[in-house]
Amino acid sequence: MNTVISPRQDPTKTPFLELRDLKIHFPTDDGLVKSVDGLSFSLERGKTLGIVGESGSGKSVSSLGILGIYHRRNATMSGEIWLDGQELVSASQDTVRGLRGKRMAMIFQDPLSAMHPYYTVGAQIIEAYRVHNKVSKKVARKHAIDLLARVGIPQPDKRVDDYPHQFSGGMRQRAMIAMALSCDPELLIADEPTTALDVTVQAQILDLMRDLQREFNSALIIITHDLGVTAELADDVLVMYGGKCIEYGTATEIFENPEHPYTWGLLGSMPRLDQAVTERLLPIKGTPPSLINVPPGCAFHPRCAYAEQTGGLDRTVVPELQLTGTSGHRVRCHLPAHTRQEIWRNEIKPNLEGVA
Amino acid sequence: MVTYIIRRTLGALLILFVVSLATFLIFFGLPRLAGATPETFAARYVGKTADAQTQQMYAEKLGFYDPLYEQYGRWIGAVFTGTEYDYGTGVEQCEAPCFGYSFRTNQPVWEDLLDRLPVTGSLALGASIIWLLTGVAVGVLSALRRGSFFDRAAMTGALAGVSLPPYFTGLMFLYFFSYKMGVTAPGASYTPFADDPAEWAYNLILPWITLALLNAAAYARFTRAGMLDTMGEDFVRTARAKGLTEGVVVTKHGLRAALTPIITIFGMDVGLLLGGAILTESTFSLKGLGYFAIDAIGKQDFPQIMGVTMFAAFFVVVANLIVDLLYAVVDPRVRLS
Repeated sequence: MNTVISPRQDPTKTPFLELRDLKIHFPTDDGLVKSVDGLSFSLERGKTLGIVGESGSGKSVSSLGILGIYHRRNATMSGEIWLDGQELVSASQDTVRGLRGKRMAMIFQDPLSAMHPYYTVGAQIIEAYRVHNKVSKKVARKHAIDLLARVGIPQPDKRVDDYPHQFSGGMRQRAMIAMALSCDPELLIADEPTTALDVTVQAQILDLMRDLQREFNSALIIITHDLGVTAELADDVLVMYGGKCIEYGTATEIFENPEHPYTWGLLGSMPRLDQAVTERLLPIKGTPPSLINVPPGCAFHPRCAYAEQTGGLDRTVVPELQLTGTSGHRVRCHLPAHTRQEIWRNEIKPNLEGVA
Repeated sequence: MVTYIIRRTLGALLILFVVSLATFLIFFGLPRLAGATPETFAARYVGKTADAQTQQMYAEKLGFYDPLYEQYGRWIGAVFTGTEYDYGTGVEQCEAPCFGYSFRTNQPVWEDLLDRLPVTGSLALGASIIWLLTGVAVGVLSALRRGSFFDRAAMTGALAGVSLPPYFTGLMFLYFFSYKMGVTAPGASYTPFADDPAEWAYNLILPWITLALLNAAAYARFTRAGMLDTMGEDFVRTARAKGLTEGVVVTKHGLRAALTPIITIFGMDVGLLLGGAILTESTFSLKGLGYFAIDAIGKQDFPQIMGVTMFAAFFVVVANLIVDLLYAVVDPRVRLS
């Protein structure tokens, strides 16, 4: 299988993070759930990858897989995850545990349920710091207060002793970020970091994450269904559907020359301020596939408006993730490249931009 | 927090008041509806063979002609301030808390209760420690190995434990361990802890296990369900993402959260037990409060029945109060709201 790396990756160098054909499958009573089915990408430090997709497309499972906290007993995992020259899938659980929180950390979606209700915010940050650093409680506490100050929590020396439920939603997410940053991780994965927040707070959190990423020079993976967030932060974008990557490229390419009908659908269902209010959003028809019964052939074909143009291939053959154009842009689609580009230019793009 | 404590304490007192009222009405109000007269009440004290004149005299003396609320006031007043009984031949001083005297033994009920408390207390203490530790341990292991052989075996065992009454398991234990193997005490004996701790434990070990088995089974199932819930919580995932070892994740994060409702139930169960473990005490002929209650009911010794009822209610209410306050210590969300 050909390696799939970031379009901006220098092919002569080893990327900081690289996934090769990662598969995470769950055998269940109803059948094999292929949550992640052959995912490959690469990411450098200081860069941001946005992973986009609907619920159940495998975005969250792949991130948990990188951290090694998928459910060990009932999941099978194959492929390779390389973090700074170290392979993680074949590594011992204890090795991965030692990296978790230290070199790679995660920011979760809903900080109220993701923080333990019985421990103070400070205690939880201190705990995260002291697992990997042999320091006294006092030193760790000082570190926690510094971190809270860094993520913009007022009066951090007092708030450090508060419980999560005493924080507002935005403050909690800041505290969650402080916790993830406690050991200066080189890889930071944010799973829907702003979904549970007010829109005004969302912008603050995104700003904060961008600043922190620059400061810590970490590789950042943002998992979201919100293309706005992706446009705001990401250097590269990876679109997932039914456990597979269906389009991968630089953010500019994905937003300006998307070639997969599903990506068009995502763009069409995003509300835009520059559009007349009377314009209707263009939802993608149908529902995401069940990961037990992924449609044969192209998983997207039941929902694809252009499926007939493939001459029946859509139902029989799983399309390959192939390079298109010159900028390292990859698409998993049966339509010929020129057809896709034509449809985008002539049908989709004018529609999205309104009748200007 | 202070208002929380005050509110809970007042609530507890109110419940005790209602229980006392209900207890009193059951023994002195309901019989009237069924046709009992002041004389028949007096007959309980002087015997059914006494002539009508004696019965009337005692009904007068014991205040059975007074309205019910006055009688209740006298009864509950005695509990708080004590009272005097005039026997004609002399005046007997009954110190507070006075629950009156037994019909049969003429012993003050309160002293009897205090005599029995150490037996029941020892039984409850040992059994509760055993069932809490084993129940929680089995429940946690079962939850962590859901679907495994251990889980199935433990849960089947727990079902058996819940289903088997103490008079069955207790007798089985007695038969095998005491009579066949001779390694445990044959029952019917109690040595105070202060006299000889080893003998105390030797005499109580079978009752402890019998009583613990019943609750350990329930606690194992309860803990298992709680752990399955909390181990699926987001904060447990966060704990793993921090790189904590699995042991810390399970105990400090999973079990810590699952334990809160268990502590609640534990407090109430212990409170309930302090009022007497009737089946276990009867099986092993331990002269505790449960045995006392059964005996009093069998002999229709009303002062004793009412005394032991109030005593048991007191422990349940106090245990509930402690649990409520403990909850605030354990769960910071309760503390601050």
